Amino acid sequence: MTATTAAPVAASPAHNVKQPSARLRAWATRAPLLPALIFMIAVTQLPFVATLVISFFDWNALYPKAREFTGVDNYQQVLTDADLRHSVWTTILLTVAVVLVSLVLGLALALLLDRKFPGRGVVRTLLIAPFLVVPVAAALLWKHVLYNPEYGLLNGLLHYVGGPQPDWISNTPLLAVEASLVWQWTPFMMLILLAGLQSRDHQQMEAARVDGASNWQIFVYLTLPHLRRYLELGALLGSIYIVQNFDAVFTITSGGLGTANLPYTVYQSFYQAHENGLASAAGVLVVIGSLIIATFALRVVSSLFREEVSRA
Amino acid sequence: MSATARRVRPSRTAGETGGAKRPGRTRGAGLGLLAWVLGVLFFLPIAWMALTSFHSEADAATNPPSFAAALTLDGYRDFFGVGGGASPWPALINSAVASIASTLLVLILSFPAAYALSINRVRKWTDVLFFFLSTKMLPAVAGLLPIYLFAKNVGMLDNIWLLVILYTSMNLPIAVWMMQSFLAEVPVEVIEAARVDGARLPTVLTRVVAPIALPGIAATSLICFIFSWNELLFARVLTGVAAETAPVFLTGFITSQGLFLAKVCAASLVVSLPVLAAGFAAQDKLVQGLSLGAVK
Repeated sequence: MTATTAAPVAASPAHNVKQPSARLRAWATRAPLLPALIFMIAVTQLPFVATLVISFFDWNALYPKAREFTGVDNYQQVLTDADLRHSVWTTILLTVAVVLVSLVLGLALALLLDRKFPGRGVVRTLLIAPFLVVPVAAALLWKHVLYNPEYGLLNGLLHYVGGPQPDWISNTPLLAVEASLVWQWTPFMMLILLAGLQSRDHQQMEAARVDGASNWQIFVYLTLPHLRRYLELGALLGSIYIVQNFDAVFTITSGGLGTANLPYTVYQSFYQAHENGLASAAGVLVVIGSLIIATFALRVVSSLFREEVSRA
Repeated sequence: MSATARRVRPSRTAGETGGAKRPGRTRGAGLGLLAWVLGVLFFLPIAWMALTSFHSEADAATNPPSFAAALTLDGYRDFFGVGGGASPWPALINSAVASIASTLLVLILSFPAAYALSINRVRKWTDVLFFFLSTKMLPAVAGLLPIYLFAKNVGMLDNIWLLVILYTSMNLPIAVWMMQSFLAEVPVEVIEAARVDGARLPTVLTRVVAPIALPGIAATSLICFIFSWNELLFARVLTGVAAETAPVFLTGFITSQGLFLAKVCAASLVVSLPVLAAGFAAQDKLVQGLSLGAVK
């Protein structure tokens, strides 16, 4: 089966070269791909090039005539601006905290769900649900329904045990944003890690058990090494999404109380302050940050992908 | 009486010795229970949101919370603007148009592309796949300003079709990755047979490949729909009154407006319903879409 499916695929490029109309054939093969490829280049790559160009200009949309080339001035300004530097720090804190906590919680939940117990499907569905609430709606839910100091659910429940009645968002603004994001992203991590757990080699585990390995030993020496790449994948994909997070920051704190992350700052500097050049420079910095994560992410995806291809 | 008691007792002791023989069973039950507790805990905010949406505003804003308050549809009536106020319908319809139209466009573009990346492969097909993936890793916010300026110059601000194009570019990489992994499972023999019978590419795609890959195509569409429906940043910046989407409508609830908890809950739930429905329908393929096809 594997041989028959692999053979024609491997042979086709060779055919193309031999025949006289090889170039025509190569284009015929490429044709179905081109619309998608051209669309992507036009819509995602061109704007970024434009951002790069604008980032070298001093350009406030309110004074369009004063636009001039300033070289790396915007970058200097971005990197020395206290607010912007703070937003870089906030982005890192937010991303690292949310990714780590949801990864650990996701792993615990995935391990629990990997066992058979009555109602496992129902529990899985309950756990996925937070990820399927529209992000703005989830942020509103946390802001008004859970965190509200007067009638939110958290203080309501604390009331029963005679606990304090803190103003969650004012006291710990960043933590408040992080908790809501952890709630939404833990299911994502759980799903990826559960898929990882279920792709373990059960024969190997059975053999280890027969040889007298304890559950803990199996977890440390077989499960964790196998899960490593799934953990990496979850962490990296989670980072890519959470570095870009806008909804939670915008909704819960409106970027106030020191919670403005880079996407929010970029949004604010051009949408409210109309500083096109500065916003672009900040945008380019976000891209550079993401590219560093993306390089690692692509490596992990490609190693998983190669494995899938060779297994198929 | 005593007879029944005697009949019950042996079975009970048997159960106990069984439990003693296998200590894993009680621990297993304990872990199952823990899973249930955590599942309910994670779901609690959603359950509370649903319950609050059916309470009156006065009952919704009590401390301690009133769990057993009378149920009413006032929150929903208020949200849908029955008693005056902005109706959410235009925003909901805009979201539906943007999500459905962009999903269709994604399918039209990604299906042939996936064919060229999985069945009749172009050279360097893995490079092309990774190009698609890398665009997904470019933060959207970096392209926002040029897109805004472009839209302003060509008069496409506050136009739902601009969002359709942007959402298509946002979802196309995910769709290409998912689709190529689904199409790779279509047996080559079936396609070869159709080719031998003289079928041309469009026929092969629509008549042979599509029916086999249908479950995968459905899952791909649902995931693209979810991401489009959820999107806020572009919609917030690029739309105004006419093309406002549901998430943008929800941002109207960011600042408190007196007693409005039931209304907020009703609004959040109504806007999330399509996503919850699509997500549960695509549950089994969800992880594949979210991991861009890297995990099956």
